[in-house]
Amino acid sequence: MFAFLARRLAATIPVLLVVAVLVFLMLRLTPGDPAAVLAGDAASPEQIAQIREGLGLDKSIPEQFGIWFGRMLHGDLGKSYYYKTEVTTLVGQRLEPTLSLTLITIIVAVLVAVPLGVLAAWRFGGWLDRTLMGFSVMGFSVPVFVLAYLLIWGISLKLGWLPVQGYKRIADGLGPWFIHLLLPAITLSVVYIALIARVTRAAVLETLGEDYIRTARAKGLPESKVLMRHALANAAVPIATVIGIGIALLIGGVVVTESVYAIPGLGRLTVDAVLARDFPTIQGVILFFSVIYVVINLLVDLSYVFFDPRIRY
Amino acid sequence: MATSASPVPAAAPGAAAPDFEALSVESATVVVQPSLWQRVRRNGSVRLGGAVLLLLVAIALAAPWLGTVDPSLFDPASRDLLPGKSGEITTLEGETIEHTFRMGSDSFGRDIYSRVLYGTRVSLLVGLFTAVVAITFGTLLGLMAGYLRWLDGILMRVMDGLMSIPAILIAIALVAMWRGSLLTVVIAIAIPEIPRVTRMVRSLVLTIREEPYVEAAISLGTPTWKIMLRHILPNTVAPLIVQGTFICASGILVEAILSFLGVGLPPDIPTWGNVMAEGRSQFNEFPHNIFFPGIFLAVTVLAVNILGDGLRDTLDPKMAKRV
Amino acid sequence: MSMAFANDGSERADTPILEVHELTIGLPSGGDRSSAVQKVSFSVGRGEIVCLVGESGSGKSVIAQSVMGLLPKSLPVKSGRILLQGEDITHASQARLRELRATRMSMIFQEPMTALNPVMTCGDQIDEVLAEHTSLSASERRAKVRSIISEVLLPDPDRIIASYPHQLSGGQRQRIVIAIALVLDPVLLIADEPTTALDVTTQAQILRLILELQKNHGTGVLFITHDFGVVAEVANRVAVLRLGDLVEIGPRDDVLKRPRHAYTRMLMSAVPKLEVIERAEVPGAPVVLEVAGLDKTYFSKRWLGPDRNVVAATDVSFSIRRGRTLGIVGESGSGKSTVARCIVRLIDPTGGAVLLSGDDIATKSSSALHAVRKRVQIVFQDPYRSLNPRRTVAEAMIEGPMNFGLGRTEALARARNLIELVRMPASSLDRYPHQFSGGQRQRICIARALAMEPELLVADEAVSALDVSVQAQVLTLLADIRERLNLAMLFITHDLRVAAQVCDDVAVMSKGRMVEYGTATQVFTAPRHEYTRALFDAAPGRGFDFGVAA
Repeated sequence: MFAFLARRLAATIPVLLVVAVLVFLMLRLTPGDPAAVLAGDAASPEQIAQIREGLGLDKSIPEQFGIWFGRMLHGDLGKSYYYKTEVTTLVGQRLEPTLSLTLITIIVAVLVAVPLGVLAAWRFGGWLDRTLMGFSVMGFSVPVFVLAYLLIWGISLKLGWLPVQGYKRIADGLGPWFIHLLLPAITLSVVYIALIARVTRAAVLETLGEDYIRTARAKGLPESKVLMRHALANAAVPIATVIGIGIALLIGGVVVTESVYAIPGLGRLTVDAVLARDFPTIQGVILFFSVIYVVINLLVDLSYVFFDPRIRY
Repeated sequence: MATSASPVPAAAPGAAAPDFEALSVESATVVVQPSLWQRVRRNGSVRLGGAVLLLLVAIALAAPWLGTVDPSLFDPASRDLLPGKSGEITTLEGETIEHTFRMGSDSFGRDIYSRVLYGTRVSLLVGLFTAVVAITFGTLLGLMAGYLRWLDGILMRVMDGLMSIPAILIAIALVAMWRGSLLTVVIAIAIPEIPRVTRMVRSLVLTIREEPYVEAAISLGTPTWKIMLRHILPNTVAPLIVQGTFICASGILVEAILSFLGVGLPPDIPTWGNVMAEGRSQFNEFPHNIFFPGIFLAVTVLAVNILGDGLRDTLDPKMAKRV
Repeated sequence: MSMAFANDGSERADTPILEVHELTIGLPSGGDRSSAVQKVSFSVGRGEIVCLVGESGSGKSVIAQSVMGLLPKSLPVKSGRILLQGEDITHASQARLRELRATRMSMIFQEPMTALNPVMTCGDQIDEVLAEHTSLSASERRAKVRSIISEVLLPDPDRIIASYPHQLSGGQRQRIVIAIALVLDPVLLIADEPTTALDVTTQAQILRLILELQKNHGTGVLFITHDFGVVAEVANRVAVLRLGDLVEIGPRDDVLKRPRHAYTRMLMSAVPKLEVIERAEVPGAPVVLEVAGLDKTYFSKRWLGPDRNVVAATDVSFSIRRGRTLGIVGESGSGKSTVARCIVRLIDPTGGAVLLSGDDIATKSSSALHAVRKRVQIVFQDPYRSLNPRRTVAEAMIEGPMNFGLGRTEALARARNLIELVRMPASSLDRYPHQFSGGQRQRICIARALAMEPELLVADEAVSALDVSVQAQVLTLLADIRERLNLAMLFITHDLRVAAQVCDDVAVMSKGRMVEYGTATQVFTAPRHEYTRALFDAAPGRGFDFGVAA
């Protein structure tokens, strides 16, 4: 078991390195001169050169990477061109809304999607299965922001049940915090639920085709026990896997959802930074999201130890 | 060479040697199955998704003749009209004509109906090109990873890294750095899709290589490139078609998101995302800006996804288990 | 330890536990026939073992599952009755069936490696049966679990109870499966090919166990198998099925030694004998293949933990002369397939020499190998995966010769000759593999190998996946080809009977080593190594004369 854990941990490091390199290259290798953009159209060549030197853009690419990487390991993600503050500070400020939104979404989605998927697999081919899978495809296909506007229009504007936009800090009260996050969380969770329900169904269906299910039935066990103790228990690993991988989808959705619902989180920060060509912030936020994604997937992999005794021994 | 009794001893004395051919259970007929193409055509999802898609393609091609005007035309006098109202619009030559704004107009006085219909072209093109680019590069990389041991390790690490960065963020970052044009948007959306295709092709290559008929080809002296072409590639076509369809749906969606956030195609090109971007600030009073393009977007992506589901069920049922 | 016939094959005249009357089970439309089984009738008495035998498509598994009520809806019971201890369960409710399962009737299946839930302990899986059907307390249940584990002869019950299936071997897992089936002492046990997936020696142990338990508990057993040796070992009565019809039923000796139906007669003649068929050796035939000290080790370096090197084969030496057949016999994991693949250079040996007519091919580089390839050809085990489904038979057969410079027309002409040599019609050339049955595909594979005009033909378990009658045909074909073309053959098999029929010389492998090597007569009549002797002792039906009147 420890060999497994150690190996997984070790495998993460090259991935993180690649992520760092890619994030760095993404912005450096594109045409366009950040210094010129920053200086503005009216700047003279000397001013541009000055800015370039100040940003360290005159050095070679590998050197720049080295400097950037070194600083990053110390927790220094640079200074935002636009906001004139440390990127790390910015990230810290915007963290709470995004974290709240994603956590609520994940919890809601998993609690809804897994039972739906199991149900669809159990009633495979029936009307319930087809309906659920129909909804799942729609959940995938309707873009997050269209859904958001639909919900806003229907629930906030027409019915007035929930606030339209905005975010309330936890410090200002748990009630308002939750109310403001409810609609965004529902919007965001739809695509996540669609994905998880689908994969749960496929995973359970696959286990239902295995020989040990036949043995379980031959023992005279009721279908409910066959489903839960035998099928679902074995489908746990692929289901956990997709919950981890789906986080990428979730992060993408966060960007759009925060934009529509005017939530001052990391997603909004990314969009604003992109529009302002604020490289350090873009880099910092993307790096942050990627590292979180890698870490979450690592945790999911490590959780296999609980689900699969073959890894333990 | 002397031989003793034949390997098949006679039955009871006096009885004729048993007729293996006639009695063997193998002489039972082999079932004729409908061909792959027939099964694809008969599948309900393929029909539904395919039909809607064809309709959309028809709309895209016939846009100029469906009661539209040039999508870039605008008229300040016809700003923010509700759907169905008529108003004036200034043509390129400077004339003012009467025009029914079937889906309303935006804050510049442009006809949403025209912009939505012409937007169909852009979306379908983006979807198609994204799929083609992602599949082509992904297949090449996957073949290389599957066949060249020394390349495999490093290539898959890079792919893993690429997959760890959320796709939208890559697309946003890339388009923001380059100027937004059809080419850059397609590449920016395709790049995050490549790792999944690479993985799939690589795993297909590795499994097919284990098949006895590939081993037979090796022992028959068939060179590696011929094996790849004759035995491996044909078995990857079906999963690639299915994957390509899903990438197309994803591409259409991502392009819309990018345009909506303001980091996609330039605002003068009519795309559904752009139309929605324009109208967001006035959503409360004029929701038609968002809803009409939104419906088209949702229906298109839905149709492509349903088509993909149908293709997957008929062409590559095993893919349903792969995440 | 010799395994005398555990079952004397006598008839039992007690009240029947299971009665099947005129059972007809339908198939989904679009198949090659409308019913899986037609009007099948038989019974199983108390303490009696009835074997259902048949080849593929006979419907024997379908009958077994129908008794337990485990058939999918696509296979409905169209007519007939199934009576368990007099109760009609043909259309019993799911609830009633669940009550009966494990308490009155149990079933064990073929694949022990996948029959158990990987995430539950073995103890829990046995306990589940007790918890579901009885109201015993936890400690009472545990006592019962321990006792049944001892009864299936697994040592250290407490350790077994806490283990997970992946920690046990195939044979051990099958014992757990048997424990689960018999813990509540059902009157009927249905065994669907329970030993087919096991090694010969393990199979013997499991068969002996089943016979013991059956005798001690007086259980009636419906035993499904396609292996006539096993039938000879265990059956009181035998029922022969062909494509859904019961063609013959009767006491074991009647059916197996004095078969009446033409099909049964054909099957009995198809079962290879455990006696060697000697062929005189031609003096002075050149040595085609000489293997000296062949080694194959798989290295697996891990930076965390010890290296896990697997020695697949070590110090293997033998030779084959022109016109002779060498058989390599062994159980799974013995290394026989590894040796075959090294010789064909599908994998690279890590040591030793492989001399093909004096030419060492073990160390040749891949470019130098090309010229060698046509001299050694191989036929694989699985006929359903040995041909590319997207290429016609003709294309499969001309691929090889054309790689070596033969023009398309000549290659096609050669293909045509060979297709006839393997007794298939010339029209086969334009068809696709899916249009052929397993045996036919195997002939095509043989023809494809012969198209290269090799000096050595390697058959890697080439008949193991085929039905008995088809196997007989293919073996006849191989013998025929060997004569006509004076071919040297390397025949890999785990089946001793097949080896006896086909091989002139025999080598026995165990755990990567060659433990015995000699002529077939020597090895079969006077084996020297104890492993070889154990192998022969375990062969089911050894000494039984099929199709020969007593």
